[in-house]
Amino acid sequence: MLVYILRRLASAISVVLVTIVISFGLFFVAPSDPAGMLCGVKCTPARVAEIEKSLGLDKPTSEQFALYMKGLVVGRTYESGGVTRECPAPCLGFSFKNDQPVLGTLIARLPVNLSLVFGAALIFLITGVTVGSLAAKRPGTTGDRALVGTTLLMSSVPYYIIAILVFLYLVIQVPILPRPAYVSPFQNPGAWIAGMITPWLVLGIYSSTSYARYSRGSMIESLSEDYVRTARAKGLSDRRVTFVHALRAAITPVMTIFGLDVAGLLVSSIFTEKIFGLQGLGITALQSLTNYDLPLIMGTVIVGAVVLVIMNFIVDVLYSVLDPRVRLV
Amino acid sequence: MSAAVNEAAHSAAHTPAGGPRPSRRPSHKGQDEAFLVVDDLSVQFPTEDGLVKAVQNVSYSLPLGRTLAIVGESGSGKSVSSMAIMGLHDPKRTIITGSITLGGEQIVGRSQDDMRKIRGQVASIIFQDPQSSLHPYFTVGWQLREAYREHHQVSKSVAHTRAIEMLDRVGIPHPKRRADQYPFEFSGGMRQRAMIAMALINDPQLIIADEPTTALDVTVQAQILDLLNDLQAEFGSAIIMITHDLAVVAEVADDVMVMYGGRAVEHGTAEQVLVRPNHPYTWGLLQSIPAVSSEQAELYPIKGNPPSLLSLPPGCSFAPRCPYVDRVPDGKCRTDLPELISRSAGDHGLSRCHLSNPDAIFAAEVEPRIA
Repeated sequence: MLVYILRRLASAISVVLVTIVISFGLFFVAPSDPAGMLCGVKCTPARVAEIEKSLGLDKPTSEQFALYMKGLVVGRTYESGGVTRECPAPCLGFSFKNDQPVLGTLIARLPVNLSLVFGAALIFLITGVTVGSLAAKRPGTTGDRALVGTTLLMSSVPYYIIAILVFLYLVIQVPILPRPAYVSPFQNPGAWIAGMITPWLVLGIYSSTSYARYSRGSMIESLSEDYVRTARAKGLSDRRVTFVHALRAAITPVMTIFGLDVAGLLVSSIFTEKIFGLQGLGITALQSLTNYDLPLIMGTVIVGAVVLVIMNFIVDVLYSVLDPRVRLV
Repeated sequence: MSAAVNEAAHSAAHTPAGGPRPSRRPSHKGQDEAFLVVDDLSVQFPTEDGLVKAVQNVSYSLPLGRTLAIVGESGSGKSVSSMAIMGLHDPKRTIITGSITLGGEQIVGRSQDDMRKIRGQVASIIFQDPQSSLHPYFTVGWQLREAYREHHQVSKSVAHTRAIEMLDRVGIPHPKRRADQYPFEFSGGMRQRAMIAMALINDPQLIIADEPTTALDVTVQAQILDLLNDLQAEFGSAIIMITHDLAVVAEVADDVMVMYGGRAVEHGTAEQVLVRPNHPYTWGLLQSIPAVSSEQAELYPIKGNPPSLLSLPPGCSFAPRCPYVDRVPDGKCRTDLPELISRSAGDHGLSRCHLSNPDAIFAAEVEPRIA
């Protein structure tokens, strides 16, 4: 197990490292001009050079990269205009745009995504798997066909269209659902739920259709397994046969997709954030790109890579818990 | 006999003997009283292609302590008829007619809730492939406990003790440790022993063994059969042994029913069916056993394929493959379905065949070819 963790850690670090190198390189290959952006209307070449110097962009790319990596590992000190600022490891630097520490910005926004994913994942996992399992019990019946039909319909309408329609009609025009806003659950749990319930429902129900489809397929397969027949032959109730014996085997492949989905949603739920006006990591990443804000771009990329790697690890561990035949070596 | 079986049960394997066993266990109390009575049972599955007549008009009875072997190829209806006893067919997709009584209680037409009380408690089933029939994600002990607690209101620890006791009883070494292991940590033979332990944990009166040794090594097969014999002697349960392997039949059966195309074609005691068979299909089965010892290396397989259960031939189902069709006048085999009755004088079972002199044909043409 220890060897496994060490090996996983090594591969995780290399994945993150490669991501950093590629993103950093891409920024400088692309026609990005952060200094020009910041310079404004009355811009002179001298002013641009000045800004570039203050951002450290005058140095060669390799040196900038070395400095960035140094900051990430041991921290670094920024000096500009006679002001010295400490940036302890892991230092993601300061935003070009607003001079705020990137790490602080990202940490401040992560709870929005965590809340969003937590509630939505709960909804789509539970309803999706339940509906899918029930449909798998009676393939070909009206209920099953309705489910398959809804799933197809849902997946052919883009998510953002549904989200916008819900927002316009059910939040603004006929205010059935509360207006989304993020409040920390530790400050006011009630307001947290009220503020998140709309995006939870929209994201949760939309995604649950695809989970219903995955688990339906997986359940149909496991319901025809010999050990399910054995469970019936033991005299177990139908519910126990379905939800203990068959589901136990069917849930494993669903878990793989679940892990990746959660990882994806954690770092960017751009549509949900944008449409419902939540300041999350997706919006941050989008803004950083339009502003040529290199430190913020790098920050969101690193956080994304790390979250993905961690979720993958969690899924693998979960796999070994769910399926005793899987040994982590 | 039980002493001999006991000795053999845990010892090294021996291959199944060639001939039927001489008169078996001493008469049990109530032996003549049938525990299981199947009367005119038919099982049909409506499909898009038509009605699949999987089992037609099968009747037999089985007292406690006795073993009936049902023999036939795949698709002969041997498993389907036994699954009906367990009520394991989906009632929405199956038409079952006729009668099945267990200890006097009618089973056909009972609700699933009623059947649940019978399954695993009154009647248990041992499936062919223990690799796929045990749940891969739960420990063996967990699966045994569950089977016991479904029918007994006892605590987990009581059920666990019972599970370990059963694992020990079926000859699994270190049952305490083994109970906490998963099926994949067991060998094939050990898995089947665990499966048997699970089937017997509620002390059922009827055990259906659906090809219990087919997926196992030959050496392990004999051990499993001995174990079943041994357990039957101890618990006095009735056993239905479903198999296509005549060596298995010879090893365990008191009675034999040969099935073909969903119908019983020959039915009698093991000796009647294996030593003095009257039906050409049974002859074919006996001839297709390869002989290891004799110089004769030739095999006599049954030519052709089993009939489609969607459209059975109008007369005898076996007629298209039967080498003796021409011995019956007027092509009767192809037009009239023979009845399952006693065909000749002497100690023979029932058979479903038009031949007027099966005895003579068997003695002259078939017996020399049997290994």
